[in-house]
Amino acid sequence: MNSPAVRFEAVSKTYGSTGRSTGRSAGRPVQALREVSFDIQPGEFFGLLGPNGAGKTTLISILAGLSRATSGRVSVLGHDVVADYAAARLALGIVPQELVFDPFFSVRETLRIQSGYFGVFRNDAWIDELLTGLGLADKAHANMRQLSGGMKRRVLVAQALVHRPRVIVLDEPTAGVDVELRQTLWQFVARLNKQGHTVLLTTHYLEEAEALCGRIAMLKQGRVVALDRTSALLAGTASTVMRFKTDQPLPDSVAAHARVTGRIAQVTAHDAAEVESILGRLRAAGVKVEDLEIGRADLEDVFLEIMQAPSTQPAGLPT
Amino acid sequence: MRFRITLAGARTLFYKEVLRFWKVSFQTVAAPVLTAVLYLLIFGHVLEDHVQVFGGVGYTSFLIPGLVMMSVLQNAFANSSSSLIQSKITGNLVFLLVTPLSHWSWFVAYVAASMLRGLVVGLGVFLVTVWFAPPSLHEPWWVFVFAVLGAGMLGALGLIAGLWAEKFDQMAAFQNFIIMPMTFLSGVFYSVHSLPPFWQGVSHLNPFFYMIDGFRRGFFGQSDASPWLSLGVVGVSFLGVSALALRLLQTGYKLRH
Repeated sequence: MNSPAVRFEAVSKTYGSTGRSTGRSAGRPVQALREVSFDIQPGEFFGLLGPNGAGKTTLISILAGLSRATSGRVSVLGHDVVADYAAARLALGIVPQELVFDPFFSVRETLRIQSGYFGVFRNDAWIDELLTGLGLADKAHANMRQLSGGMKRRVLVAQALVHRPRVIVLDEPTAGVDVELRQTLWQFVARLNKQGHTVLLTTHYLEEAEALCGRIAMLKQGRVVALDRTSALLAGTASTVMRFKTDQPLPDSVAAHARVTGRIAQVTAHDAAEVESILGRLRAAGVKVEDLEIGRADLEDVFLEIMQAPSTQPAGLPT
Repeated sequence: MRFRITLAGARTLFYKEVLRFWKVSFQTVAAPVLTAVLYLLIFGHVLEDHVQVFGGVGYTSFLIPGLVMMSVLQNAFANSSSSLIQSKITGNLVFLLVTPLSHWSWFVAYVAASMLRGLVVGLGVFLVTVWFAPPSLHEPWWVFVFAVLGAGMLGALGLIAGLWAEKFDQMAAFQNFIIMPMTFLSGVFYSVHSLPPFWQGVSHLNPFFYMIDGFRRGFFGQSDASPWLSLGVVGVSFLGVSALALRLLQTGYKLRH
């Protein structure tokens, strides 16, 4: 039987008294991950979502060998990330969240060096393809310091791919970057995924996750609270969303389930009868509704519904 | 496969570390050479006729090997320590942490690059200062042995300091309160025989003294301590510091949380 591309088995992480060096508070232990278990199959485009502090980056750090699990096991294509770290890391390409670079080198030098760390020499043909594919061809000889933030982000992606890893991990790769880079990046990564590379993506842009990821896991306070195919997650929760504008406060029975941004209110409903009921309550409270739209729920609605629910059995997990 | 990756990774990291200091060679090579020349001009001029060192050896001639070795040691330390602390603070060490490199690869690459920088600076200091008082080479093999071992030990010590320090001021403290005193109190500028007995005893506890003394032996054929004793002390110190550096790398000390 083929090994999963990535396997997390009951992974827990507690930052305790040793947390001083990590910049986390010493003293009271903080449990960042609690018994996280799931598999990512070869060739999947998998999304890992969660609010800030949910444990996404901690989980990816353990996968990359930057951090060590307090308990549990992580493997890449069957290779344990601790016991067999060399084979595991050869199969992994990590795009870190932080915009970091080495100011001593040019773009091409940076990529050649990163390639050499993985034992891949005379790799200029692939480096040229990466530079072209990521729109960096004219920056090959520029020093890293001279690049804009978006260009540095592209180099980070190229560095992660330079040894042709079978599993690509993108930790919020589009945070704070322009539309052009996002499109370039997603076209490139989608092409690699079609060629058989497994992709694990964390992002706060849920429309990206919805468009790209075949399967999604959601983390909340270090626990997996949802794990399913994207289509199943969308179908399994509130399927209708009412959006409208109002200047008046919503009645309590509606406000409890609404998201309000300025004048815009957004309320989820499961069916037409519930829509009718909500409108009835608004009318009864004398709330004047403008520009009412009723549409399908998107991943953002699903995400908020799951994150606002009390932590119980994860959606999509077998009971 | 692991051995091949270890070798390839070490080779690349060594290349990167050498390229790093070579790209700023004005600061990493030329500046230390100038500093050593200034020491020679000032101390040599002031003390030439006032300090007795080895019999038949002038003070300026005596000073040159000391300055060469001091430059080797300080620059070997500076290379690994500054590279690591900069990478840690700017965050680009992540590029290395996600690779399959073993702790041996890290150690060999960082220490070898540090040795190279130390030896290049030492050679530069020698080539510039030798015009002031050409020393003879009585036992050149000692010059080679102590230069290589000293550079290796300080490269490994720089690795430890780079792993331990989390801020630039911690690194400065390590350099100013440990490396500088041990270097200056090792007999670079004087023969320990000119010290009172108590301070002679203290000097003999400093491994840097044996590096300088053994190195100087190669030039003059005379030394404060037996070169074999110096070789033993420096060799054991190098092994001890290397073992600690390797252990810290293997456990991911302050690298992998």
